[in-house]
Amino acid sequence: MRRAVPLLVSLVLILAACGPNASNSASPTTGSTVAPPASGSAPAESQAPLTASGDIFAYGFAYETGDIIAKTRADVFKDKYPDVKVTYSESGFDDQKFLAALAGSDKPDAVNLPRNKIGTYIAQGVLEPLDDCIAKTGFDTSVFYDAAKADVTVDGKMYAFPEFYNTRNWIINNKAFKDAGIDPNSLNWGDWDAIAQANQKLVKKDGDKITRIGIDPKIPEFLPLWVKADGGSVMSDDGKTSQLDSQQTIDAVKYTTDLVKAQGDPTKWLDFRNTWDFFGAKNQVASDQVGAWPMEQWYLNVLAQNSPDVDITVKPFMTKDGQPITYEDGNAWAIVKGTDNPDAACALASTMVATDTWVAAAKARAEDAKSKNKPQTGVYTGNRDADKIIFDQYVDLSSMPVFEAAVKAVLDNQENAFGTAPSPGAAGFQTAMTAGVNQVLSGSATPEDAMKAAQQDAQDAIDSAGS
Amino acid sequence: MTAGAQRSEVKVIGGVPWTRNTRQDLKWVLLFLAPWIIGFVVLTAGPMLWTLYLSFTNYNPISQNVHFIGLDNYERMLRDRHVINSLYNTLFYTVLHVPLSMGIALFLALMLNRIGGRSAGFFRTAFYVPNLTPAVAVGTLFLMLLNGNSGLVNQALGMLGIDGPSWLNDPAWVKPGIIIMSLWTVGNTVVIYFAALKNVPIELYEAARIDGANAWQQFRKVTVPMISGALFFTFIINTIASLQLFTEVYTMFFGQQQGQSSGAGQAALFYVIYLFQQAFGVFRMGYASALAWLLFVVIVIITVIQVRVSRRFVFYEGE
Repeated sequence: MRRAVPLLVSLVLILAACGPNASNSASPTTGSTVAPPASGSAPAESQAPLTASGDIFAYGFAYETGDIIAKTRADVFKDKYPDVKVTYSESGFDDQKFLAALAGSDKPDAVNLPRNKIGTYIAQGVLEPLDDCIAKTGFDTSVFYDAAKADVTVDGKMYAFPEFYNTRNWIINNKAFKDAGIDPNSLNWGDWDAIAQANQKLVKKDGDKITRIGIDPKIPEFLPLWVKADGGSVMSDDGKTSQLDSQQTIDAVKYTTDLVKAQGDPTKWLDFRNTWDFFGAKNQVASDQVGAWPMEQWYLNVLAQNSPDVDITVKPFMTKDGQPITYEDGNAWAIVKGTDNPDAACALASTMVATDTWVAAAKARAEDAKSKNKPQTGVYTGNRDADKIIFDQYVDLSSMPVFEAAVKAVLDNQENAFGTAPSPGAAGFQTAMTAGVNQVLSGSATPEDAMKAAQQDAQDAIDSAGS
Repeated sequence: MTAGAQRSEVKVIGGVPWTRNTRQDLKWVLLFLAPWIIGFVVLTAGPMLWTLYLSFTNYNPISQNVHFIGLDNYERMLRDRHVINSLYNTLFYTVLHVPLSMGIALFLALMLNRIGGRSAGFFRTAFYVPNLTPAVAVGTLFLMLLNGNSGLVNQALGMLGIDGPSWLNDPAWVKPGIIIMSLWTVGNTVVIYFAALKNVPIELYEAARIDGANAWQQFRKVTVPMISGALFFTFIINTIASLQLFTEVYTMFFGQQQGQSSGAGQAALFYVIYLFQQAFGVFRMGYASALAWLLFVVIVIITVIQVRVSRRFVFYEGE
């Protein structure tokens, strides 16, 4: 309690400075052996049982306002562990609120958080390694995609179960390419000069006004992908050394910002992009406002549901060496250190990402989409066994060949992913990288100067995170 | 014992005779003030003192490690280029926003003061209603209004033959855009000025007119002195609020936009946003506490200067 006082006090003052701006206790009761626990690679009945009961608080997950995937998985858990009562925070993960929850009397027992933030919490000793949980449940962690698993592993220990698996591929507007006389299938997507030339042909203007963006490199968000494609990395594998001032990073920043500048005034380019109806029927593809851009695969579902007639091609992002590559992220389920009910927290975390749970959720979504006569392009999980069953059995896009081919292209590239190394200074690193790239984009600094300053900030954030 | 002797035994504290009744009154005063006193001590003074202590530590809110590091956080501020940049952005905004918002509010209040009849109530309400909009909604709304490509602001400028700038992505125009946005909530100040104008005795204007004063002279020699108390009050309050600007700008440039491309660069990094990033982004709560204290000192210095200077200009009735 004494250690919590400074946090509460400083929270109050700092929130006050920012202007006018849940749970239940973990109390294990008499346990009961319940239905077989979460499974990794196989159906539940093949796993060792886990005894769990009592109340737990799960932070970073919404049941009431969650979608059918969230609700179904929570219901599966409820069916498997009827003696465990879970209170969900009914919100997404938020650092500030999570800190307050950690300092409160009702500490979370389990947490659902972005994998690119997990390094910070591991370094600070907030999360429990999953060794015991994996041993008790017999969870086969080899079902997880390697990159997703690497995101949550430090010094050989897994600290969380990967949940979703968002990967990036090129989404190509075939109409724009046809207008420009470019065949997206014959363009060498690993040749940056070829991409730059295509960019010039694809961009469309009305006087000074951009009416169609040629290539949107999606920076700073996807800078790590561009750097990787050039053979570098924005951070060391152990997450402890920023490499924002490496030659590959500077080259990637220069190349991608030049792609934008080649299309006109970057400020007007950004203004135009901000007008896109990204989640609507008049999205940038349907309205012919973009040539191509790397994008997470969940966006296919947006396009399929809102503008099913768009003509697109999905191609893998390529390294300069001609190898397919993708950058992944997503959330993960972890157990909070010091929980009074580690077994129930383990049961929840493992069940949420188990093969049978994902399959049940995908089935529910497929049935829901069918009842509403809407297409669905599937659920992309961190569990490759679940993905296989889901896409084999519950995703039928035979009536939408464009999307069928797009989904196939995504699935073919799933194993070529890399993620974010779990870094103690993850948030500070991200802020520094974003600021650096945006400074170049706005013309406030050269790539060399901006990334040198960003490197200093990022390394400072990493170094001080452990203190 | 005589009555005179009894009187001489009554203590006098601060010029007030300390009688049994006075003590009784004091108890009641303290009782009624207790909720505020407790609130102030627990929620304001206490946390402030704690953060003063934390500002000399490297307190990490996740690990909850607290180590005394002396003046390191304050030394760090001197070297931190983001502190200089964010302070510059904040002061730039304050210097432009405060006089502009006061001028517009005074103009609107003068107009309201001239409107009579049924429509008066409508206009008073209309000017105040924007203040009821949540700050996050204001930020989101102005993301659309200020869009350089399709925003209403640039469309209006286009009708005048002006090619509007990129308010959200051109570093040179980001702060002016934020100032435009902040004028949305000028209604608070309008209400204060309107109330002050209503209290100016009509006889003063009549006397001025008899002496041959024109409208401008009446405004300068009667209206402004008579509402100078309200002007001073809003000057102080608006200055402090400007130095603490956070929610709208965070929503526009750092909330959902975090990690995404933006031409704003460092132009939208206001001081409290940087403080927030240090506290909850990189979890340097000790450093953030030091930043909070620097802001506090800046506000105190500016306020003291304003109070000193205002003595020459502010007229209080009855003085």
